[in-house]
Amino acid sequence: MASIDHFRAVPVVETTTSGDRTMVLNMGPQHPSTHGVLRLLLEIDGETVVRIRPDIGFLHTGIEKTCEAKFYQQVIPMTDRIDYLCPMTNNFTYVLAVEKLLGLEVPPRAMWIRLMLNELTRINSHLVWLGTHAMDIGAMTVFLYCFREREEILKMFEMVAGQRMMTSYFRIGGVSMDLPLGFLDYIKNFAAYFPDRIDQYSDLLTNNPIWIGRTKGVAKISQQDAVDLMLSGPTARGSGIDWDLRRDMPYGGYDKLEFKVPVATEGDVYARYQVRMGELRESISMVKQAIAKLPDGPIKAEAPKIVLPDREKMKTQMESLIHHFKIVTEGFTVPEGEVYQGVESPRGEMGYYVVSDGTAKPYRVHMRSPSFANLNAIGVMCEHNLLADVVAAIGSIDIVLGDVDR
Amino acid sequence: MALQPAVTDVELLKDRTAVACLRAGRPGVLEAVKFDRDELTLWVPQIHLLEALNLLRSSGYSVLADVTAVDWFPSEPRFEVVYSLLSYKLRERIRIKVKVSGADPYVESVSAIWPGASPFEREVFDLFGIRFQGHPDLRRILLPDDWEGHPLRKDYPVEGYR
Repeated sequence: MASIDHFRAVPVVETTTSGDRTMVLNMGPQHPSTHGVLRLLLEIDGETVVRIRPDIGFLHTGIEKTCEAKFYQQVIPMTDRIDYLCPMTNNFTYVLAVEKLLGLEVPPRAMWIRLMLNELTRINSHLVWLGTHAMDIGAMTVFLYCFREREEILKMFEMVAGQRMMTSYFRIGGVSMDLPLGFLDYIKNFAAYFPDRIDQYSDLLTNNPIWIGRTKGVAKISQQDAVDLMLSGPTARGSGIDWDLRRDMPYGGYDKLEFKVPVATEGDVYARYQVRMGELRESISMVKQAIAKLPDGPIKAEAPKIVLPDREKMKTQMESLIHHFKIVTEGFTVPEGEVYQGVESPRGEMGYYVVSDGTAKPYRVHMRSPSFANLNAIGVMCEHNLLADVVAAIGSIDIVLGDVDR
Repeated sequence: MALQPAVTDVELLKDRTAVACLRAGRPGVLEAVKFDRDELTLWVPQIHLLEALNLLRSSGYSVLADVTAVDWFPSEPRFEVVYSLLSYKLRERIRIKVKVSGADPYVESVSAIWPGASPFEREVFDLFGIRFQGHPDLRRILLPDDWEGHPLRKDYPVEGYR
């Protein structure tokens, strides 16, 4: 029989397990090294962490519930706000899921634009990670250099989408606008000098004795723990799990790109650093490949009942005007069914589970966010280790609290 | 890429690793199947959930990717708890579903098999009010402890109670 105990509110404040020997220390939610509003309850014995419990939910905005009240196309702007460091990846996952539900195929130009921008988003996200992670550990310089390049990427996002961070650029069936004039030259220029910039960051950190001292052998995760704790992405690849959804279960055109998947086996902070640095190089090479292969052609699928018509057509053709009016006021219906679309986001497996009941609004949208799962690792990384390494551990799993709390 | 009709006949899907694995187990472990949009869904009765997941885990589906739920209010059984399993070896994803009644919604916790499922189950408990029996620490996770109701239930208003 149901026990009512489970519904009783339990206070979050924890007490120590061993009386006076240990003390409980509160860290966050307003703490710069927790990368957002993460609260950690640490039970410490001198300098050693005995227990660590994350307390999350400070950024919970009920996005999953809100999505159920929106038309399918209106959900796209909500997805940006989940993981605000990789908006395009979230857009990408959601539109792929809905396209799978609809059985809709996108034209090649839209596909390559999406791949290119998705990889730029990964670079953007990894640059923020590298800058803030290094700053947490005490290397301020890297932060300034990383944000210099990130600024360039944000400028590119502004050029294509009109927005720097909340881009909402992808649409169901394509992308919202074609690339602006001069955009490809801008991106080519960036792709030409960016590999040297990666070397610059690497020169500052890779052989730096202080960096090595703070990261090698710190916050280890074993391969078995990585599977049991549902870790994914660079965090799992740092522990020797050779799995990348882009390569192993390709989606959205990744099977047409050539890239390597960096893997390290040590499972410590340094290993995860190496994996992400390797990914930066792979991503910029993928951007170059996408530019080279970018064909001309339409940027939206030929599906007038689902994809909004061009502005020009809408103003001159009756049919298009009707479609436009219908899509905007009533949305479009999606055949009954359900899909789970998993995508390799910069943080790991970003999954969208979308259930349709045949109406114009999704019956259920669930986001499986990588940060939420990766936060599981905090126990094995920090317990019985030094208090000072907690910030290094948090930085190394690269969590975004918007992604954790949704 | 036109949509294909969903396949729900067990006999047509018996060659799939996951289906074969569950059919080899005790009778009644596999309730129903659906193959739709390249995704395989298996329904498992509430009482056999852990058995089914253990069978699948030992036959290659070693990774639990996601735990969530869907509320089919007002129909009964009201909830479906959804597990997304992944196999690194087979490069395949399957979905395991358990139907749960609305009057007394509970399932067995899988956190003994995958410790990482613990926060996912807390999230489902928090937002749907489905209990996970055997969970080590079943508390609200995203909402404040004194929150009333479970927001992702369909009878909970989008604007909240005012």
